[in-house]
Amino acid sequence: MSSPASTPGGRKRGRNTNPSTPRSEGPTSPPSQRRRGQDSSTGDLMPMPNSPATDMLSPSAPQDTSLLSSPRPSVQPTEVDMSSPLMYGTPSSRVEGTPRSGVRGTPARQRPDLGSVRKAPQVDLHSDPPRADGASDSNTGQRLVIWGTDVNVGTCKEKFQRFLQRFTDPTSTEDENAGLDLNEPLYMQKLEEISVVGDPVMNVNCLHVQSFDAELYRQLVSYPQEVIPTFDMAVNELFFERFPDSILEYQIQVRPYNALKTKNMRNLNPEDIDQLITISGMVIRTSQLIPEMQEAFFQCQVCAYSTRVEVDRGRIAEPAVCRNCNTTHSLALVHNRSAFSDKQMVKIQESPEDMPAGQTPHTTIVYAHNDLVDKVQPGDRVNITGIYRAVPMRVNPLQSNVKSVYKTHIDAIHFRKTDQKRLHGLDEEAEQRLFTEDRVTTLKELAAKPDVYERLSSALAPSIYEHEDIKKGILLQLFGGTRKDFSQTGRGHFRAEVNILLCGDPGTSKSQLLQYVYNLVPRGQYTSGKGSSAVGLTAYVMKDPETRQLVLQTGALVLSDNGICCIDEFDKMSDNTRSVLHEVMEQQTLSIAKAGIICQLNARTAVLAAANPVESQWNPKKTTIENIQLPHTLLSRFDLIFLMLDPQDEAYDRRLAHHLVSLYYQSEEQMEEEFLDMAVLKDYIAYARTYISPRLSEEASQALIEAYVDMRKIGSGRGMVSAYPRQLESLIRLAEAHAKVRFSEKVETIDVEEAKRLHREALKQSATDPRTGFVDISILTTGMSATARKRKEEVAQALKKLIQAKGKTPAMKYQQLLDDLRGQSETAITKELFDEALRALADEDYLTVTGKTVRLLA
Amino acid sequence: MPSTPDWINEPLAVVQGLFASSQNGPSSEWEAKAVEFFKDRLKEKDAHTWVPSLNDVPLHYLKPNSLVKFRCLIQDMFDPEFYMGVYETADPATKTKELRCGKYRDVTECGVRQQVDYNSRNTVTAERQTFYCVPIPGENAWVKDSYAGSSQARVVPSTSYAPSRQKRSYEEDDEGDDMDTQPQKQREPHSGQYQHGNGDCKRLETEAPSSQVGSASHLDLNFPLPGEKGPSCLVKVYEDWDSFKLNDTLEVYGILSVSPALSALADEKDASSSFLDPSESMETAEEQRVHSPPASLVPRLHMLYAKMLRHNNPLLPSVPLEDNSACKEELLSSTLRDMPSVRTELLSFFTHVLLGDALAAEYLILHLISTVYSRRDVLPLGKFTLNLSGCPTAASFTERLYRIIQQLVPSSFYLGMSLQNMNRMRLVPKKDYVANRLVSGVLQLASNTSLFLDETQLEPGQLDPTGVSNVTALGNLISWQKVDYDFNYHQMEFSCSINVLIASEGRSLLPSDCQVHLQSQVPPPHMEDYMSSIPLTAQLNKLRLYLSVARLLDYSISDEVTKSVEDDFVDMRKDDPQSVSADDLHRMLVVARLLSLSLGQTSLSRDSWHRAKHMEELRRSRVEQHKSVNGNEP
Repeated sequence: MSSPASTPGGRKRGRNTNPSTPRSEGPTSPPSQRRRGQDSSTGDLMPMPNSPATDMLSPSAPQDTSLLSSPRPSVQPTEVDMSSPLMYGTPSSRVEGTPRSGVRGTPARQRPDLGSVRKAPQVDLHSDPPRADGASDSNTGQRLVIWGTDVNVGTCKEKFQRFLQRFTDPTSTEDENAGLDLNEPLYMQKLEEISVVGDPVMNVNCLHVQSFDAELYRQLVSYPQEVIPTFDMAVNELFFERFPDSILEYQIQVRPYNALKTKNMRNLNPEDIDQLITISGMVIRTSQLIPEMQEAFFQCQVCAYSTRVEVDRGRIAEPAVCRNCNTTHSLALVHNRSAFSDKQMVKIQESPEDMPAGQTPHTTIVYAHNDLVDKVQPGDRVNITGIYRAVPMRVNPLQSNVKSVYKTHIDAIHFRKTDQKRLHGLDEEAEQRLFTEDRVTTLKELAAKPDVYERLSSALAPSIYEHEDIKKGILLQLFGGTRKDFSQTGRGHFRAEVNILLCGDPGTSKSQLLQYVYNLVPRGQYTSGKGSSAVGLTAYVMKDPETRQLVLQTGALVLSDNGICCIDEFDKMSDNTRSVLHEVMEQQTLSIAKAGIICQLNARTAVLAAANPVESQWNPKKTTIENIQLPHTLLSRFDLIFLMLDPQDEAYDRRLAHHLVSLYYQSEEQMEEEFLDMAVLKDYIAYARTYISPRLSEEASQALIEAYVDMRKIGSGRGMVSAYPRQLESLIRLAEAHAKVRFSEKVETIDVEEAKRLHREALKQSATDPRTGFVDISILTTGMSATARKRKEEVAQALKKLIQAKGKTPAMKYQQLLDDLRGQSETAITKELFDEALRALADEDYLTVTGKTVRLLA
Repeated sequence: MPSTPDWINEPLAVVQGLFASSQNGPSSEWEAKAVEFFKDRLKEKDAHTWVPSLNDVPLHYLKPNSLVKFRCLIQDMFDPEFYMGVYETADPATKTKELRCGKYRDVTECGVRQQVDYNSRNTVTAERQTFYCVPIPGENAWVKDSYAGSSQARVVPSTSYAPSRQKRSYEEDDEGDDMDTQPQKQREPHSGQYQHGNGDCKRLETEAPSSQVGSASHLDLNFPLPGEKGPSCLVKVYEDWDSFKLNDTLEVYGILSVSPALSALADEKDASSSFLDPSESMETAEEQRVHSPPASLVPRLHMLYAKMLRHNNPLLPSVPLEDNSACKEELLSSTLRDMPSVRTELLSFFTHVLLGDALAAEYLILHLISTVYSRRDVLPLGKFTLNLSGCPTAASFTERLYRIIQQLVPSSFYLGMSLQNMNRMRLVPKKDYVANRLVSGVLQLASNTSLFLDETQLEPGQLDPTGVSNVTALGNLISWQKVDYDFNYHQMEFSCSINVLIASEGRSLLPSDCQVHLQSQVPPPHMEDYMSSIPLTAQLNKLRLYLSVARLLDYSISDEVTKSVEDDFVDMRKDDPQSVSADDLHRMLVVARLLSLSLGQTSLSRDSWHRAKHMEELRRSRVEQHKSVNGNEP
């Protein structure tokens, strides 16, 4: 044996190998330990030294080996003698008959997710190649490692047990660890949990392993299919030692997750084959359950002798000769005595956020095994930890020319739904968004700048000119307020999202702003009032064509939970559709009662709406309500209502012109700069939303109270109310958002000042009574300014007097009455005003109006 | 004509040669060398015209494993695949081994009695990406003819074309059962040529005539536009696949692979083998059909070199950027000089076409040379959607107009906006998760394709949900120059640059950048005669060249002019703030830009600015006038 890489295992090969073939060392010699390092990618293609099935059979029947299903007779079996001391305890999860105390009695469950590596023999890493004559066995100082790796089972097991017994994570914030004592060894508590609950699965966070023992972690990632069974063994020994009386359905399986090598699907490359990886993506398809044969049961048709054959790399080797009666081709497969395991194909697609622009998403096939089957549904966002595999595609087993392409898939070991937390409610802001340290420093530096607020607002939609306050408002909307929970006191959640309505002349780039915001936020939705129905906004129930199940399909508002829902052409929305917004915009939920499904969905979305005035041009003589004809109940739910009007002054025009012209010929570098800004802005917002939750300071509360009292005072002098509690809530939200912009954990007076200013600006624009020029909040809350209401009252009284003056006439002509009133009054009386006055009197049961006649009542 | 050089006929030999020599020497950069080799060869004068093109040569005339080129659009991107970059073959009889290169191949190649050794530690796994490419959608006949005419490739039907050859069908060959009984010797010796030379060609021969017609029925080739023809192709990309984007137009030079082994296999065989290999059964039948269609219909092309096409005008030298810049300069300056005169010619031609309306003709020119030249956050700059209102319905005016545009631009598509079309057509591409592919839609078009929307065909009626979403998609396309592809669970935005021209009677229901009301100088009764007498000028080529060049020119505005534009704007607003809005300024800037470019000027002059302003005034007064006419009517 001239192979320099041959290992002690080679010495036994002489029996099977044809000695006259000196060139066989390439493909058939046991791969050297260097194999993995050089070229791990092909690892899966190599046949293991002879299949486990033959190992278990008597070595005296070597002819069995030639009956492998392998189409390549040139593959020469390399047998490692079972009796060799090299076969130190195998890292198998199938420990049937293994005399290990405590473990016995509990059946091991196969782990198809790990593939068929169970019988991998171990080889000596340090033995020198020329000494492959058997004498090396007795040498001291040797380390036994699993063939093809540098993993020593004993050490590995020991290390892992130590990890389980000692690892603590006092800073853990994972919800899985809720209820565990963080200062006690974490995984020992989990073992205890297993003994109580009886669910023999142990999830191990790879990050923990890494921080505990980097070497162990490296081995785990590099050789998962060897190391994980070792972990299984270790954990079971430990478990049954501790809880000898526990009864489990099957032995505990270790499921590592969160391998640090978390990858984008796009970055997977040949080097990742056979390694432990974690990728994220969205489930797009799941197959039906596939029973996969794990162990075939053969029975001889002649003598009824039965034998079992395990699956080996997806193939069953049918024994051609019955070992009992030596009849050839007499063995038949007995299906219902064979062992099967569940398997499911899951297709994962890249999440849209991970993708470069202009490319289509990649997909990857994932196989889920046993209890992981049906864990995920299409549409779920998941993090999958598993082993990346590549198998060659055979065009025809008997053809020598094969398609030179591998098929890749991932054997899933652990699923983690990323949006599962959405069900939990409050803590979901803790979305796992990773920021590099550099990034965080940059962001913090930016936050420390005194003019960060102005900077950010000017970075927002730079192509849109001016409208500084509107941009600031939108900026605050992007940050949002702090989530508060008053459910204990019965009030439920307070809305943290800021809603904004933009109204104004057509062609003032409202849509552009909306488009920009929609592109900026990760969970944004963009709809147009004209094109969306109530159903499209909320949710609808439909029948799945395949399963005939009723499925709830969510609409734009639910989809933008925790994001921003941009609604263009808000005014063109049908009333029916708009009505669903009432609930969403204050309670932040959506109640559905349809087709037997009654539920309440979270829709914690901020609404950014744009509306055009009814008469195409904004009429400055009318109030906001009259201009856009939206129900005031809805309007009062907007924190800020901005008018986007053409300012019509020369200096503005000049700046606008300059801005636009430069837009059309700006150089590439400037564009580049801006693009960076958008990325920074995105991260900045994400960071603030995730990590900053400001609380009101004492001074700030005082300032808020003052502001509110002031607002109410303004109107009270004239018998008007200019602020309602809703406005106070708005102020608080805006102040909190502004504090978030500063990365401040405390809301301070300056935040309140800015909130006040912005709120006033918006009010000045939208709630100014065109008749009096005063700011009057009741325009928004009741749809009518206080003066208008007063006027109505007066007209009604005048009309009543007029009718009373006429004496005993039970019926009057409508037109006649209007003319009389007009003649009498010194101010102009419109028909609408007159109608309203009539209605007011009708409400008093003083008269009724039928057609064109007015009748007095009693 | 020189005989076809070897590197075109046998590119794989070149690759293998380079590979083999690298094995002996220490240099391992043979891959880069191979790419370089072909690039250099193609740079030689006219060399690229010797390479036969899949676009104009029927597939069965092309030699398998020869170098071909393909002008195409990336319609879909499949998942990356791993393949054996280097593999070793072993001969069990002689125990000899040989390293082979698997790059640019689909199927491993073995010599006599050799086997691929999967276990060799010399095997190198490499990664490549597959793109599904279709011929450029809407490419007009004159472009195709012109490309085909300039090709100097010598394509002779391969010798196997002769019917005297032994005929054993490929299907037979592939059946596993036969294999065992076939003596090994007979089957193996010419594995490579054998399959191609005989089985495949013969099969193609019988199928080729029918494939164009019949193929669509059982295999949807996924062309964006209905009624398209031509081969689609699976292009395997070995380098830099991230630099390609969906809907890019490319000219791919690559090695043609039509090995029948690639086709999706016969169903029965699949069923039996799937029991053994569970991984095979996981792909649905649809997916298999889409991802490994018969190579005779969808050949594989292993990319050696790809050229991004900035334009698809065969009259313009295709690589004006890289080499012979002197030549480019000369061409450019000569065309620039000619531009004003060509423009006059084109203007009078269009004026005639548009029933004597010179203003509309001006705007049509501007529209045809417009392109999205950059984007500012969400705002596309340079788009110029034209709404030609007041189109007479008589004498099939719109169809004729389209036919003329078709003669002038490289690619275009006519979409009659009839109710039926709007309700039935698939405009937006949609991901089909069962077959795992992007099902194309009409709006999946290459950059600068002219989309002609004929709204005169629209009649009052009910739009169903599909119709509504189609109209919304068109509106989005026009306003933002983007199409939201439907990925079922989410939408994905793909930006595009499509010139949309809407012909309508009144104002279009779709948004547009600019509306021109057509004022016909021809009395309606004479329309028919008039339209049929439109001369198709002999100088079409000049006009085509003109339109393409104008679009590629650079443009700038000097500070001085900027100032005067600003002043102008302020002045205009002073007189009547209502009359001029920011939108109007946007439009005027685009008009001024396009007007300058159409005159061959690369920077804005005060003159052009005033001319643009004047045109806009004329147009607006016309729209106003038309509005008031409408108002008085009822």
